Order: sequence, then C-alpha cells, then structure tokens
Amino acid sequence: MNTIDAGAYVLRTRGLRKEYGREAGLVRAVDGVDLEVAQGETVAIMGPSGCGKSTLLYLLGGLDRASGGEIWLDGQDLTQMSERALARLRRDAIGFVFQAFQLMDELTAVENVELPALLASRSPRAARKRALDLLEQVGLADRAKFLPTQLSGGQRQRVAVARALVADPLVVLADEPTGNLDSAATVEVLRLFDQLHTAGQTLVIVTHDPRVAATADRMISMRDGAFTDQTMLQGGTSGRLGSLAGLEG
Amino acid sequence: MGKIVLVARLAARDIRRHQAQAVLLLLAITAATTTLVLGLALSGVTNHPYQQTRAATNGPDLVVGYGVNLGPTFGVNLNPTQGPPPVSAAQLRADTSALTHLSGVTAYSGPYPVASVVLQTHGLTVPVQAEGREQTPAAVDQPKLTSGSWVRPGGVVIERTFAEALSVGVGDQVTLDGRPFTVAGIAVTAAAAPYPNCSLTNCMFTGPQTAPSSSNVSTLNVGLAWVTEADARAMASPQAPLSYVLNLKLKNPATAPALVNQIFAPGGVGAPTSAGIDSVNSWQAISSAAGELVQDEQSVLKAGSLLAVLLAVASVAVLAGGRMAERTRRVGLLKAVGSTPGLVAAVLVAENLALALVAATAGLVIGWAAAPLITNPGAGLIGTAGPPSITLATIGLTVALALAVALASTLVPAIKAARSSTVSALADTPRPPRRRAALIALSARLPVPLLLGIRMAAGRLRRAVLGAASIAVTSAGIVALLTFRATVDHDLGPAAGQVGDPVVTRDTQMLLVLTIVLVALAVLNAVCTAWATVLDFRRSAALARALGASPRQVSAGVAWAQVLPAVPGTLLGIPLGIGLFKAADHGMMTIPPVWWLAAAVLLTLAAVAALASIPALLGTRRPAAEVLQAETA
Repeated sequence: MNTIDAGAYVLRTRGLRKEYGREAGLVRAVDGVDLEVAQGETVAIMGPSGCGKSTLLYLLGGLDRASGGEIWLDGQDLTQMSERALARLRRDAIGFVFQAFQLMDELTAVENVELPALLASRSPRAARKRALDLLEQVGLADRAKFLPTQLSGGQRQRVAVARALVADPLVVLADEPTGNLDSAATVEVLRLFDQLHTAGQTLVIVTHDPRVAATADRMISMRDGAFTDQTMLQGGTSGRLGSLAGLEG
Repeated sequence: MGKIVLVARLAARDIRRHQAQAVLLLLAITAATTTLVLGLALSGVTNHPYQQTRAATNGPDLVVGYGVNLGPTFGVNLNPTQGPPPVSAAQLRADTSALTHLSGVTAYSGPYPVASVVLQTHGLTVPVQAEGREQTPAAVDQPKLTSGSWVRPGGVVIERTFAEALSVGVGDQVTLDGRPFTVAGIAVTAAAAPYPNCSLTNCMFTGPQTAPSSSNVSTLNVGLAWVTEADARAMASPQAPLSYVLNLKLKNPATAPALVNQIFAPGGVGAPTSAGIDSVNSWQAISSAAGELVQDEQSVLKAGSLLAVLLAVASVAVLAGGRMAERTRRVGLLKAVGSTPGLVAAVLVAENLALALVAATAGLVIGWAAAPLITNPGAGLIGTAGPPSITLATIGLTVALALAVALASTLVPAIKAARSSTVSALADTPRPPRRRAALIALSARLPVPLLLGIRMAAGRLRRAVLGAASIAVTSAGIVALLTFRATVDHDLGPAAGQVGDPVVTRDTQMLLVLTIVLVALAVLNAVCTAWATVLDFRRSAALARALGASPRQVSAGVAWAQVLPAVPGTLLGIPLGIGLFKAADHGMMTIPPVWWLAAAVLLTLAAVAALASIPALLGTRRPAAEVLQAETA
C-alpha cells in the first residue's frame, strides 16, 4: 500500500460552485464542494447519473469555469487563470480519461497518444518515442499503428490512459473510465490504474460503479452537486484490487 | 398526398427554425439568378436607342469617307510632317456623282469637308474631327440638338458623349487648332458611333501627330464636332488636308451592307484603282458600334454570370453540408419515429428547392428592376432601351438554374444523411474525418495552429476543394478586373487620365459590380465553410482543448483550414482571370504588373483568414466540457 502525505495536497477546492440558469430555473450542478487530494492519492467520487460528478471533474481540469469558489492545483488558483494559462496547465499538469475514450478516429493509437505532446510543441521524434513507450507500458505496443475502430473497448481506453500520461501529469482525472466497458475490459483498465497508483500517480476517478470506487484510497459520495459522505478504504488500488472489486474469479 | 403535405410541413418548420441559414442560402442563389437575368435582359436592347436616334436625325444608310490616305494606325495619321495627299475637286465631284447615282440611293447630303484638328479646353488637348456643315438643316443626317443652337461662324456644336467627356457645355470656350470657338450647341447623330467608338465609322483623324507614346494627346479616341463649312475649310493645312463625308439614304435600308460590298467590288465606284473612297459604313455597322456600351456589358455579364453560378454552387454545397451537419439529430429522430430514408431525403431536398424557387423569383424581380441601369445606351444616343422584357424563356432558364444549383449541391448530402445510422444520428455524432496519413505525419512537424489546420482541411478534403474552387473563381474575377485596368492604362497611354472614355467607365463599373457580387458570394462562402468546419470538428476541437490546446490555437487552426486551400485557389485564379478576360475581350491585353497580382493574392488570403476567424472564435466560445459531455450523453 502506498504511503500518502496528507499535507502535500496536489489538488484542493474550497466552496466550489457551478450553477446553470437563473432564479426559478437555477440548477446547482456543483454546490459548495470542498475537496483535498494528496500527492499519490486515488480518490473515487461516486454518485448517481446527473449528480454533478462529471461537471466537478471538468471544473477540476479547467475545462469549465466555476460560478464560485476556488480550485487550487499545484499551488495555482484555476479560477483566476486565463484560458491560455488553463490550456498550458492542462497540457503540463493534467491528464484526462473519458468514458467515451474520446480518441480521434482518423489517428492511429500512437498518433492519438502523441497528440498532447505535439500540442505542447515537443519535438515529433521525442513525442513519438514517449508515445511508443507508454503504449508498451499499457500493453499495446503491437497495436500502435491500429486505428481506434480496430481496437476493442478496453484497448481504446488503455490508449486513452496512455495519452493522459504522455505529459507526466500531476493528476489524472478519469470520468467514468469503465462506463463503456464490459467486465473483462474493466479489469484491464483497473489493473492499469493500479500500476499508476503504485507508481505514485495522483488519480481522481468519477464513477457510479461501486466496484470501481472500491479500488480507491478514498471514496466520496456525491448527490445533488454536494459531497454527502466520505469513506477511507483500506485496500486501495494497490495489490488486491481485482478481488476487492469482485471482478476476478 | 399526405406525404407531400408532411414533407412540406417539415421543410417549412425547419426553414423557420433556421432562418439565418435560409437567408444565406437565398442570398447565394439570388446573386446567381440576378446576374443571369441581367445578362438575358441585355439581349436585344442594343439596337433600340440607335433606331430612335436615327429616326430623330434622319440618319444615313451609308456614310462614305474619302480623301483619307491613312497609315498603318487606323484612324490616325502619325506622320508629323506630311499629311495624306489632298483630294482634288475633280475627283471629289466624280466620286460623289458616281455614289449618288448608285441604284437604290434616294437622297444624300454632303460631301462635307472634315478638318482634323486639335481641340483644347479646360487644360485638355484632344484630337477632333470638325465636320463643316451648312447652317440650314441637311436632308440626310441633321444632328439633333439636345441643347443650344446649330453651327454659326465661330460657333461649334459638339457631339454629346464627347462634350460630357470634356465637361463642356453651351457657351464654353474651346480652341480648334488654336482658333477660339464658342460652344454653340450639343447634339447627337446616327452617322457616327458616339465617342470614342470611331473605329468603324467616319472618325478619321488626319491631322499631324507625333507617335502616341511620346504625345500627351490620345490618338485612339477622336471626338466629333460640327462647325460651318467655311470654318472647316479655314482650318485645313498641307499637313492636315481636308477629308470628306457623304451621307446616302437608300430606298431599302436593309440593302446597305450589300451596297458596301458592291462599292468596293472590282470595277465598283470605290475600287482601289478608281477613286479616293476610303471607307463606307452601313447604318448597321454604325448601330453595332454604337451599341458597344451594351455589348461590352453583355460580354462581362456572360462571363460574370458563369462565375457567379459556379460560386453559388460552391456556396450552396457548403451551406447544404453545414445544414446537414446541424440536422443529424433531426434525421435520427425522423427515422426513429418511422420515416423512410426516402422521406428524410425528400424533406432535406424540399427545403432547399423551396428556397431556390424563392431565390429565382427574387433574382427575376431584382434583375428586372436593375436592368434599366445597365441598358442605358449612354449620352451619345437619345431614347432609352425601355424596361427589359421578362420572357417565358428567361423565367424558365432562371428557375431551372436556381433549382439545378440547389439540387446539384444538396442531393448527395441529403441521400447520405438519409442513409446514415439512426443510432449515431440520434447521438448527433459528427461524421469522422477522413484519415490522410501523409498529411498527419507532415503536420506533426508544424506549429500547433498549422497542425490543427492541416488535419481539419485533410479530414474534409471535398470541402477544402470547394473552398479552393470558390476562392479561385473570386480571384479570377479580381484578376480580370486588374487585367482590364492594366489594358486600359496601357492602351490609352499617358493621356488615359485626360478625357474620360464612357465605354471604359461603364466596363469598369460593370466589372466592379460583378467583382463585388463575386466577393460577397466568396465572403458568404468563406464564413459558411469555416462554420461548417467548426461544426464538424467540434468534438476534435474540444478534445484538443482538453489535451492542452488553447482556444486561440484552435481558432487559428480553423482559420488555417480555410487559408491552406485558399492558397492554390488564389494562385489558380490568376491564369483563370487572365483567360477569362481574353475570352470576354478579343482585343489587345496587358498583363497586370506582378506587384498588383501579388497584392491581390495577399489581400485575398488575409481576407479569408479574417473571415474564417469569426466563426472560429464563435466556435471556441462554447466550453469544451459542454461539447465533450454532450458527446458522452
């Protein structure tokens, strides 16, 4: 099991709010969320569909603007940053994994993985080398030249994870990473997250699947835009995740 | 019947819901149909004003010019020291007698002496033919005064188009070969084409001139004026002897061209061996030259309407593509509730056909209303062309063109949309871009905006080709205008700016209006193409932003996706424009200076980039999270 330094928070929010509409039509998608994520910690945010967990994840990643509150990532307040600075932050410090994989269909696996590095203006050669290394890490070295449509769901999500890691991000934000996968593919992806956790990667996973949430160091329940409950888990994503999640026979 | 009502209702509702797109589509097709209607409206109006002038002046059927032994430059004696040999009185009498006794000649006037002199006024120096006239009205060709009075000693009457070009009016002072004259009147005639179209008529300047390139006097455009016979004879000199003009009236005016051939046939009155007759022009030839204003417009409009139609097809194709991209979900819904692919395609096509019909009607109305502006025959003729007649053929052609444009550009996307998977249509997933491996590899080495731009352009190659074609057509129009300007400047030389040329002015106006129409269509096209790109790549763009691209980089990428195809399009427009000019104008042509063309190319590309930036910036205003969440939902 990893040792977590609770004092060194990589990600922290205070009174975070996201609202849509006005007056009678006002919807509070995220309603006063306080969150602290330590370096190397895996946090699972769980709740039913529409509870605001994906919106929270996009706010944490600087993909959407908060209506109020603060978001601190590596000592920088995201709510005060320009779009350009947020883009730079996403490039250098954040990795996204989406439920629908969000791979570009016209790009091969390796081209998808190297894309963030190219957007960060890394040299094409270095970007390609890093992408191939990551594909090897996720067990897809032999699928590097395959288009997403030629890969299984699990393989696509592993490509997406590799892409999220290409810039060595401070935190990986995963939005229902197993939502579109069958059980076998879910195990593949969870194993991958386990490796990341072991390597000290900070992870925030949004899910409505209790089996996935059970693999985290900490599970936070969310309802109607607010946190309702928090549970520290002993198993975490290290070691026995498969059996803990009840995914292996 | 029920299905037709359903299709009509669905199409009407959709048009009402997307009014801005409907208006853009209307504009594109209306521009094409209006240009076509204008082109068709000009047919047949050429002769009408000339006929009115001919009737008002008892115009001649044949105009004979003699006593002019010209050098190689038509209409102008370039010999500075020596004029052509003068016509002897005996020969003049003999020739006149022979001509007036030709079979079919019923009346005549002249021969009138014509002095080739230089007119000076308001700082202008212009070659003029001063025709000596009696102060009493002539039986044939009595110029119709539009203001002032007829010739008197020391009083000159100036042909109306020429007077307008000189900006002189009754009472103004001018000099003819240094002798002072007062402008007594302004008149029109049917015996010569209005200024400056003297090449086919009796407009023969025999006065001494230096070579055109070293002169500040334009030797191409020769004006026409009338003075008394005594004044005309007084202006003759050994360097510029008098020439003569004889006007003949025929029993049957239709036989005039045949009589011209008879005069110049071997053994005829005007055979080279027998006389000093140099030119004989039929009224038909003069009428044709007088209609040059309108004829030039016809040439410009013919080529212009072709360009406008091509551009409209490109615009409508891009618009239709964009409309389809926005209607993916609607197609899914229609199919989910039981519509057949045929019904879905019918709804999509019906919308555009309905808009095309409205555009055809608008084109007919606007073209009919605007036609009098361009069918105005100019100051040299009296009367007007009258309102253009909208014939059944014009209506049929216009409607057919509008429907063809709409059908050609929407049928394929409509069928594709109708055949798409219902599930993916309901999910509103954009069609994935095409993979172009070589371009993807190439773009990896380039800055982020170019990387994104190349991948967007490569992913929708058909749209990129349409964009390039659209810019090529616009660029061709601009280059044709520049070529026209360069040719005019070259032909008229240093004197080009001295005296306005009505034909050049009208041609410039027509080309300018046409270029504005083309540019407006191209603007529409560029904005629509960029918007369609924004729609198609909304997911990719949102993803790029999630992966670290800034909104500015994404916007710049969309702009590059338009600029990259515009580069070959603009360059292709250069030979196309020059070819277009050559096809429309069979005369001399001067290629515009390289810096004109380079400036046109750079300005066009800058305009494309600026126009594409508008939808690109609007596209990035939508939060990436919203797009990505919509895709997941």
